[in-house]
Amino acid sequence: MDVKALIIILMSSVLVDNYVLNRFLGICPFLGVSKKVNQSVGMGISVIFVMLVATAVTWPVQTYILDKLGLGYTQTIVFILVIASLVQFIEIFLKKYIPSLHQSLGVYLPLITTNCAVLGVTINNITDGYNFLESMVSSLGCGLGFLLAMVLFSGMRSRIEESDIPESFKGLPVTLVAASFISMAFFGFAGIVENLLA
Amino acid sequence: MSKQSNMSILLKGLLRENPVFVLILGTCPTLATTTTVDGAFGMGLATMAVLVCSNIVISALRKFIPDTVRIPCYIVVIAGFVTIVQMLIQAFIPDLYATLGVYLALITVNCIILGRAEMFAGKNSVGKSALDGIGMGIGFTIALLAMAIIREVLGAGSFAGNEIPFLVENGLTISLLAKAPGGLLVYGLLIAVVNKITKGKLIKKKEFGCEGCPSAASCNGGCADTVKEGE
Repeated sequence: MDVKALIIILMSSVLVDNYVLNRFLGICPFLGVSKKVNQSVGMGISVIFVMLVATAVTWPVQTYILDKLGLGYTQTIVFILVIASLVQFIEIFLKKYIPSLHQSLGVYLPLITTNCAVLGVTINNITDGYNFLESMVSSLGCGLGFLLAMVLFSGMRSRIEESDIPESFKGLPVTLVAASFISMAFFGFAGIVENLLA
Repeated sequence: MSKQSNMSILLKGLLRENPVFVLILGTCPTLATTTTVDGAFGMGLATMAVLVCSNIVISALRKFIPDTVRIPCYIVVIAGFVTIVQMLIQAFIPDLYATLGVYLALITVNCIILGRAEMFAGKNSVGKSALDGIGMGIGFTIALLAMAIIREVLGAGSFAGNEIPFLVENGLTISLLAKAPGGLLVYGLLIAVVNKITKGKLIKKKEFGCEGCPSAASCNGGCADTVKEGE
């Protein structure tokens, strides 16, 4: 297994192709749950967890069931159902066996069902033709990128709360403009990954 | 809700309850597919097709779907129509299919569709739900086009793929607007403009909260509780 290729996939999905800031997937939780740093960490970790489990299930489903039976076109329906039931299952499992983890992550789990980042990453892994290990690494990278963007942004928002903002910009508009600046900063990473290991 | 005239149901999606600028739903496609006018128009129409069809079916089935499992049922209906639209576009407009890519499949989790199913189609008659779908769909398309025209004309110096010589030759393009940060910037500025024009009357929702979130019902306001605890 080519470790270098895996590192490139990981780094590019964390920094360059950041799901939130570059591909605009998972914008809802990014704007909604980023007010406090501890909430963003909780949400970010839940997303990493669900992305990894979802990929671990959807990749074999696509490769060994849908493709074998020529049912590739049902991908969207099957994936969303798998993700939705998986999230429910994880929640029940955590509630019963690991209550402490359920307390910290439980509230975020139902929100993740309709999070487009999770569906997006599972579909992208198939479209990009990754094998199982590459898919898992790419999902881990996307989750880490989400966590990174959330934490950075929640820090930025706490500064915004204290500043004097023009009336029309209060609330969402200033949040979006601030997100645009973070996105601009991440834009600077373009091209860094290829050169990192060259 | 039942006293609303059909005309007002159709028209409210255009301005008063515009899904993008007032209800703040469907932010992901709004930001991701508005780099070109073509992509935005295609995305708007595809979403509208899914929205109208799913609104009709969900509204027709509203008496048969048990309340407790309605969200999964809605998602299956929506995902079915998304797959149909996806296959039609792939077969007849392959260029658009390539442009939209994964975002076409992601119409499934577009908050507008699940949101309208939850807020409107699950409670109203088939005819009204169809009108609501058409109105919201047109409102969504107009909003996407507004974003895309600003981003493509000022960002790439072209309109629907046709270069505008005056802008390109004089170097008047702001290439940032066509890239990812530009999407967030233009969206933020447009909402601020809507705020200014309506003096904040239309957009009551100052924060990005639970009211507009279609998963709010399934999480029983768990998200709101966390926010309160945090404060």
